[in-house]
This record gives sequence, C-alpha cells and structure tokens, in this order.
Amino acid sequence: MSAMSEDTLIWTDVGHLDDIPRLGSRVVTTPVVDIAVFRTANDRVFALHDSCPHKAGKLSQGIVHGESVTCPLHSWVIGLADGTAKEPDEGCTRVVPVRLKDGRILLAAGSA
Amino acid sequence: MNMIAPRRRRLVLVGNGMAGIRTLEEILSRAPHDFAITVFGAEPHGNYNRIMLSPVLAGEKTFEAITTHPRSWYEENGIELIAGEAVVGIDRDAKTVTGALGATRPYDTLLLATGSNPVIIPLPGHKLSGVIGFRDIADVETMMAASKSGTHAVVIGGGLLGLEAANGLALNGMDTTVLHIMPTLMERQLDPVSAAMLKADLATRGIKVITEANTKAILGEDRVEGVTLADGTHLPADIVVMAAGVRPNIALAKEAGLACGRGIQVDDGMLTSDPAIYAVGECVEHRGAVFGLVAPLFEMAKIVADRVTRSADSDYTPAVTGTRLKVTGIDMFSAGDFIGDENTDDIVFRDASRGVHKRLVVRDDKLVGAVLYGDAQDSAWYFDHIRNETDISALRDTLVFGPAPGNDNAAPGIESLPDTAEICGCNGVSKGAILNAIGSFGLTTVDQVRSRTKASASCGSCTCQVEALLTHALGSAYDATPKVAAVCPCTTVGHDAVRQAILSQTLRTIPAVMRAMGWTTPDGCARCRPALNYYLVCAWPGEYRDDSRSRFVNERMHANIQKDGTYSVVPRMWGGVTSAAELRAIADVVDKHRIPTVKVTGGQRIDLLGVRKEQLPAVWGDLNAAGMVSGHAYGKALRTVKTCVGSEWCRFGTQDSTAMGIALEKMTWGSWTPHKTKMAVSGCPRNCAEATIKDFGVIATESGWDLYVGGNGGIKVRVTDLLAKVSTEADVLEYAAAFMQLYREEAWYLERTAPWVERVGIEYVRSRLSDPNGRLLVRDRFMKSQQHMQADPWAERAASADAHEFRALAAVA
Ligand code: SRM
Ligand SMILES: Cc1cc2nc3c(=O)[nH]c(=O)nc-3n(C[C@H](O)[C@H](O)[C@H](O)COP(=O)(O)OP(=O)(O)OC[C@H]3O[C@@H](n4cnc5c(N)ncnc54)[C@H](O)[C@@H]3O)c2cc1C
Ligand code: SF4
Ligand code: FES
Repeated sequence: MSAMSEDTLIWTDVGHLDDIPRLGSRVVTTPVVDIAVFRTANDRVFALHDSCPHKAGKLSQGIVHGESVTCPLHSWVIGLADGTAKEPDEGCTRVVPVRLKDGRILLAAGSA
Repeated sequence: MNMIAPRRRRLVLVGNGMAGIRTLEEILSRAPHDFAITVFGAEPHGNYNRIMLSPVLAGEKTFEAITTHPRSWYEENGIELIAGEAVVGIDRDAKTVTGALGATRPYDTLLLATGSNPVIIPLPGHKLSGVIGFRDIADVETMMAASKSGTHAVVIGGGLLGLEAANGLALNGMDTTVLHIMPTLMERQLDPVSAAMLKADLATRGIKVITEANTKAILGEDRVEGVTLADGTHLPADIVVMAAGVRPNIALAKEAGLACGRGIQVDDGMLTSDPAIYAVGECVEHRGAVFGLVAPLFEMAKIVADRVTRSADSDYTPAVTGTRLKVTGIDMFSAGDFIGDENTDDIVFRDASRGVHKRLVVRDDKLVGAVLYGDAQDSAWYFDHIRNETDISALRDTLVFGPAPGNDNAAPGIESLPDTAEICGCNGVSKGAILNAIGSFGLTTVDQVRSRTKASASCGSCTCQVEALLTHALGSAYDATPKVAAVCPCTTVGHDAVRQAILSQTLRTIPAVMRAMGWTTPDGCARCRPALNYYLVCAWPGEYRDDSRSRFVNERMHANIQKDGTYSVVPRMWGGVTSAAELRAIADVVDKHRIPTVKVTGGQRIDLLGVRKEQLPAVWGDLNAAGMVSGHAYGKALRTVKTCVGSEWCRFGTQDSTAMGIALEKMTWGSWTPHKTKMAVSGCPRNCAEATIKDFGVIATESGWDLYVGGNGGIKVRVTDLLAKVSTEADVLEYAAAFMQLYREEAWYLERTAPWVERVGIEYVRSRLSDPNGRLLVRDRFMKSQQHMQADPWAERAASADAHEFRALAAVA
C-alpha cells in the first residue's frame, strides 16, 4: 500500500481497542463481506476478510497466536499482516487496512 | 472467640532486581506468612533475569522468556508491587520510605537491593541522545531500535558486558567497533594469549576491536553522530554503548545517612549501619569488596533470609567466582588468579588448529587460577580444585588434560567430579545436590532439574553439565534428545514434563508455563495453548481462570461450528431419557428461532443444527427455561452416557441400567477431560448401549456390574478392557470418578482413553485403582474438582457472560 493511497482511504471508527480481547477477534459486518478484526498480545490490530482461503472458515472464530490465526475448520494458519496461508498450505485472504489512533480502531472498510 | 492474628511484620524491598527478589524467595521459603511485603521497583515491570539481556539483544531469547517473576507471581504471593516508581527517600526515624510518585510505606525491616549503575564516562558529548549503558531491558530496546534506523555502533569498553553488547549489535546487522582502553580484551578474565584469540574470533563475526583506544569525544548535534579518538581516528556512530564498568547505586542509602564506601557497607550478616535495614546485591560493599556477578549475590540472599526470618545467624563469606562470556559459539571460562606472580607456575596447553588455549596457575601444589578458551567443558572440575584448594601434586602431569585424560567422550570427567563440585556457579548448586534431586524426585529432564534445584536457571552456561549428570545418573534411560513428542513446535518439552512442572513449580497461568519451560514463541500456537489451558484447569480446579482465548472455537462458543459457520446445539438428555415436556420445549425453541434441522444423534439426544451465532444466547436461555443444560457435545469433556432400558422394562435386563447411567451422568457432567469422554451402561451382556466401545462402559450382570475402560468406536475401533467387577451402584460411581480423574491427571491433551490405556497399559490403570485407599484419594480429587465444574455454561452466557463473542463489533454501511 503506497502512502498516496493510504491518504485517499476513508477511515471508519469501528470501536475501541478494548472492545476486542487480547488474542481475540471481533467481526465488522458490511453489506458485502464480514471483516474480522484481530488484536494480538501486544495490542497490534489487523483486519482480514472473515473467510479462510481454504473453505471459507470464519477466521474470526480461530485461535490467535503471534501474528497469525489458526482457522477453526481445518487448522490452516493464516498470517494476519498479509492474509497468506503458512506453508505447506497455499492461499490468501484479503487484507483490510486498519489503523489504531488514540485507542480507537479505524478501518478502511470501503476498500474491502 | 478471639482469633486476631498477630500483626505481620512489614518488609519493604527497594529494588526489584535479581538479588532482591531472590532474597524474597528465600524468605518466603523459610516463613511464607510472616511478612506483609511491599516491593518498589524503578523499572516498570516484574523481575527478569538480567543476565539474559545479552541473549535477548542477540535475538536468541524474547523478553517474555527471561521474565522470571511476572506480576502474577507477586499477586500469588500476596506481595504488593509498586513498579515504575523509584524510592526517593527513607525516613529512618519514622521508618517509612517514599517513592517518586508519592507512595509512602512503613516498614519494620527495610531491604535495599538497588543494584548498580553503568559508569558513564564524562566525555564531551556523553549526554547526547543515543549514548547509553547496558543494564536494563530499556537499553536493549534502544539498541534494537538503533539497529533498525542506523548502521554504526560503537561500544566503549572491552569487558564481558561490552563484548556481549557488541556481539548483539553485530547480530542485529550493525557495523560494530569496540573501543578498549587496555592493550588486551577482558584483561580481568583473560590472559593475553586467550584475549588475542578472542579478538580474532570476534573479527570473524565482523566485530572490530581497537585496543589502547583513548576516546576523546562523542560528537553530534542533539543525537550522537560519531566518536573521535585521541589519535585523531573518527568513527561514525548511530549509537554509543558505554560498558566501562558499574558503580554500586548508593545515592538513596547515602542520602539516608547509612554508612557507605564504594557501596552500602554491610557486616557479615548483611546488616547496614541501621539495625532495621539490610542490603543485598551489587549495591553493597562487604569487607571492602563490591560485586558484579550473581553467584555471591544469591549467597547473600540466603544470609539475609536467615537473619530476617530469624532462622539462623549465618554469615556471608566471600568465595572465588568464575566467569563465562555469553556469546554463542565462544566457549571460555576464567576463575581465580589466572595471571600469577613469581611464586606461581603456569601450565599451558595450546592447540591452535582447534582454537584451544588453557592456562592453569599453580601455587604450592594448589591450583589458584585458570583460563580456558575454546574448550571450557572441564571448568567445573578445575573450579572445584581452586575452591577446595586441593593438593594437585599427584595430578600435575595430566592436570591440563582435564579429569579424564585420553577419554574423548561427550562429557568427560563428570563422573570423576566429587559430589561437592559446583555445577551451577550462579546458584551454587553442587553435583551432589543435583544427583540427589534426580534420585529422590525421579527427574529425567534438564527442565525438571532446573525447576527443582535452580541449576542452569540463570546464565544457562552449565546446561551441558546438567545433561551430563542426567546421562551419568540415568544411563541409557536418559536421552538428551528426548524421544517424547514435544507438545507442539513451539517447544521441545513433552506433555508429561509440562504437567509435572505446573504442579512442582506451582505454575498458574499459560504465560507462566511458557516462561518456565522456555517456549520459543511469544504466545504459543493453536496446538499448545488449548493443551496448557486444560492442564491448568485440571491442576488448579476453582482457582485457575479459564482462558477462553486458548479454547478451540466450539469450547469458546459452547456449540459446534458447522461448515457454513452456523452452530449446532445439543442439550443434555440425562441417560438418553426425555419427556413430553422436554420434547415440547425443544419443538418450541425450534419454531421460535426457525432452526432448520432437528436430528437425533448417535449419542441418544437431540441436535439442533444451523443456529446462527448471534441467536445462541437466546436459544440457550429458552432451553434453560425448560430445565435443560448444555450437553457439551462440543467439548473435550464428558459427552453422553448412553443407556439401554434395562431391568425396568426389558425382559432380559438384570439391573436398572437407565438409572445407573443417569447417576453417572449427573456425577460427571461438566468435567473437562484431555479428550472427549463417553460412557454407556447396558442392562445385560447383550450390550445394547454399546458399552464395550466407550471410554467407560458398564455392563450389568446378575451379581452386579462389570466395569470396562478404554474403548473407542471412532476412527480406530478398540474394544474395552475389563477394569473391575463390582457389586453396588456406589462402587460403580466410585470407580468411574477415580478412572475419570486418573485419565484427567495423567493423559496427554487430545489423547482419548483408548490410546492412553494402550500407552500406559491396562495393568497400570488397574493397579492405580484396585487399592481402595488410592482409589478414594483419586476419586476425592475428582469430586472436589466437580464442585467447580458443574455450572451450566449456557446459563452463564444466556445471562450475558462473554457477550462480545456473540455480537458484531460494528456494522459498516
Ligand atoms: C452429532 C453426532 C452425529 C449424529 O448426528 O449422531 C456427532 C457429530 C460429530 N462428531 Fe461424532 N458425533 C456423534 C456421535 C459419535 C459417536 C457415537 C457415540 O458417541 O456413541 C462416535 C463413535 C464413538 C466414539 O467416539 O468412540 C463418534 C465418533 C467421532 C469421532 C471419532 C473419535 C475417535 O476417537 O476416533 C470424531 C472426531 C474427533 O472427535 O476428533 C467425531 C466428531 C464429531 C464432530 C464433533 C465433528 C466436529 O468436530 O465438528 C461432529 C459434530 C457435529 C455437531 O456439530 O453436532 N465423532 N461420534 C453424534 C453426537 C453424539 C452426541 O449426542 O453428543
Ligand atoms: C547484560 C548483562 C549481562 C550480565 N551477565 C552476567 C553473567 O553472565 N553472569 C553473572 O553472574 N552476572 C551477569 N550480570 C550481572 C548481574 O545481572 C548482576 O550481578 C545482578 O543483576 C545484580 O543484581 P541486583 O539485584 O544487585 O541488581 P539489579 O538486578 O540491577 O536490580 C536492581 C534493581 O533496583 C532498581 N532500583 C534501583 N534504585 C531504586 C530505587 N531507588 N527505587 C526502586 N528501585 C530501584 C533498579 O531499577 C533495578 O531494577 C550481567 C549483567 C548485565 C547487565
Ligand atoms: S441387551 Fe439391552 S435390551 Fe437387551 S436386556 Fe440387555 S439391556 Fe435389555
Ligand atoms: S476453511 Fe479454514 S482451514 Fe479449512
């Protein structure tokens, strides 16, 4: 994502960091897709389409560890930062730009 | 009744570091309840193993992995921790201390453990941003940040600390130069030959060393930009680390009027000039000496604890210390007087091609000092001779070849060490103490030895000696590359080791287990976290707070996730018996919530499939209202107890198998187990309830009940083994509870009873449960645990527990 397009994104406040438990996830619904917003142990926040590249398992329901989530259906491990499945699995889920500002979670949901 | 306990003595510790906390541990082990303890720490966290900052900087360990006492440790021991607030004043008349943010605490006994400060040489420019010492985690973070934004590092000081800093900076990709004022590196630990070898070894790692370097100034506008030497050399620098020694931190003590020299002066009992104030650690001066390694400090900790708890009038006596450099791949050891004088002889061994140099210094047939470079595996043996002042005249010819000359096996000489030989220098643990612990507690792994004895728990450099002792003690039974399967790729330890450590070290949280067992990932993975969570649930019933983030989605949601992301709901149907009222209530719930599928399960109950996540609390609330609770169809837990109609109706039935099944289910529901657990009760050997493929199966006979265990009807069918034949219903319940608990306590996570029984053998299970006393003990633990387990998770959630799990965070149009 280049700096230019970062600026042109429309950021929506979807809640406070503390609305998501550490090592947990919450869902933001949109008319098109569900977005899973994750919080890591050290309070980094990531957002992905809530759909596993394997068989569309809801990643928001998985176990979060480090900067990955393990899908609840067949245990694929998906990187939170890039949406890519860890080897040996192959596949990628869409990343949604997300920002943390003064504890508020800002999501560029429009770019979903 | 007058039961007012005597007021506990107030103990305040200033300095939340290695010596202070070790002293508290020693005090708690002598008198766990005598003191109301407050700890002030200038650093904003619990205590960590400061020694291990070097491996953290080198990227070999995480900060979490070196945290020895997280905040939970203080809570569990009832200690008040005031972290991030330095004490700025002691009022010795009022007996209070006051922190920088105003916290004031009274004391009966005060313990000062303020450590040391790095010496910052007052060169021009020493106050520039980017000029730091190497003392705490903040320094490490500064160095790591510098390595991301800059490229050049300069370390002033070529001693132990400076070289470990340089090594870490270089490993972080920085172009690193060490400036050392003396002609050779680490001159307080190495002779010139080994120092030159070290310099060459560092060069191969890309670390430049300038000896006899006279630093003139640090340059820069507001950040450091470079360093100039007296000879005009200019070095660019994005960070400058001063590692020119440490100075005891005595400002507070001095201000309070305590006697101070270089450090806070203490007597042999570690008492300062004020009879209510003790001091321990690097901040003290004892008989004119100050300290820089943990071994003597841990010794002092014992003395203080003896004195404060009035357990003994022990005295601190100084001892020789040995030093190692913690740079992975460089093996060195140094102790005692390794330079010698006109009254000493040197014995020197040199093997240039292997890069080995050993220098032994002998005075009057006694070994007084040693430097080992390139091969330090015999250090414990030499160190023992130095400390015990052994007469080595008979050994002299082969002394330099170590305890087992000519023998080249992996751990030469460990057997030839006397029991008094110190293996772990940091913690003062002898060979005898380790062997003793291995023998009396049946230890089989390094981690177990570490948790029992603290050997290898601080700087870790004696780990291979501890392994050698395990090999020595257990013979072929010990295998350093354990055959036991690791819990998951985050660790090398197996399930049994984890379960033992949880109990023996009273580990009470998942992070605590990961820290104690050296997990390599910050927060585990989807395999280990559920396992650790279960082990803690099992070990500390009623105390452990279940970590929902470490539960598989089904157990977190208390429903089974389906392929389309909806859930299924299975209420408990005790023993497979239902009623018109229950069926009607289920039908109403199905209509009201428009649940698409209703199915009778293979476990004799009803499954409601296709419930959306946000509907779950309401569905549960309605089922609860009709008297139904969770069937745990989603859990590694007690699932179903299938029954047949039995003697109440069946023409062949010999006992009331239905009532027996209901009694079993009422007793065992709600319990978490390593894997799912299923039971069945059949009323006669025709076995309509399929009891012989269940985890715990009961088959009624004319004279009583036959109890079977370890069956499985799933992927790999296994028929049960007979556990016992009993006569009464009460016997069935007693055996069932005891069997469940044995399985709960000893099986590995995700191991069903069938593979568990095959692994440990049915004879073992029988032997544990046949003795009535043993059986009752295990049974009682189950019943105790059940007191905390039989709360309906659905009712809790219908009443809004974990509400966030069932709601979207936000809806974006
Ligand atoms: C619903 C049910 C099928 C049915 O419609 O009848 C069922 C459904 C599932 N079974 Fe089963 N099993 C069901 C009875 C059985 C039985 C029969 C029994 O219990 O008498 C067996 C064989 C007996 C046994 O376990 O030994 C059985 C052997 C398995 C296995 C293989 C277990 C094994 O040790 O090999 C699995 C896989 C696993 O657990 O890892 C499994 C897993 C599952 C899971 C949980 C798969 C999953 O993780 O999603 C299914 C969940 C469905 C859901 O959402 O409710 N199910 N499953 C039955 C629920 C019983 C209940 O009331 O709780
Ligand atoms: C990088 C590094 C590597 C090392 N390697 C080794 C090694 O290999 N082997 C070895 O034996 N030793 C090693 N050491 C030395 C060892 O860490 C120290 O000897 C030991 O930590 C000293 O313990 P202490 O409790 O006296 O001081 P510290 O551990 O420094 O603890 C003192 C604490 O007191 C706090 N404090 C100070 N003043 C106040 C105040 N007024 N109010 C509240 N809090 C205060 C400080 O912030 C600090 O947290 C190493 C040290 C470092 C820095
Ligand atoms: S086999 Fe089943 S049906 Fe038959 S008697 Fe026994 S219990 Fe009754
Ligand atoms: S759908 Fe995610 S692993 Fe199969």
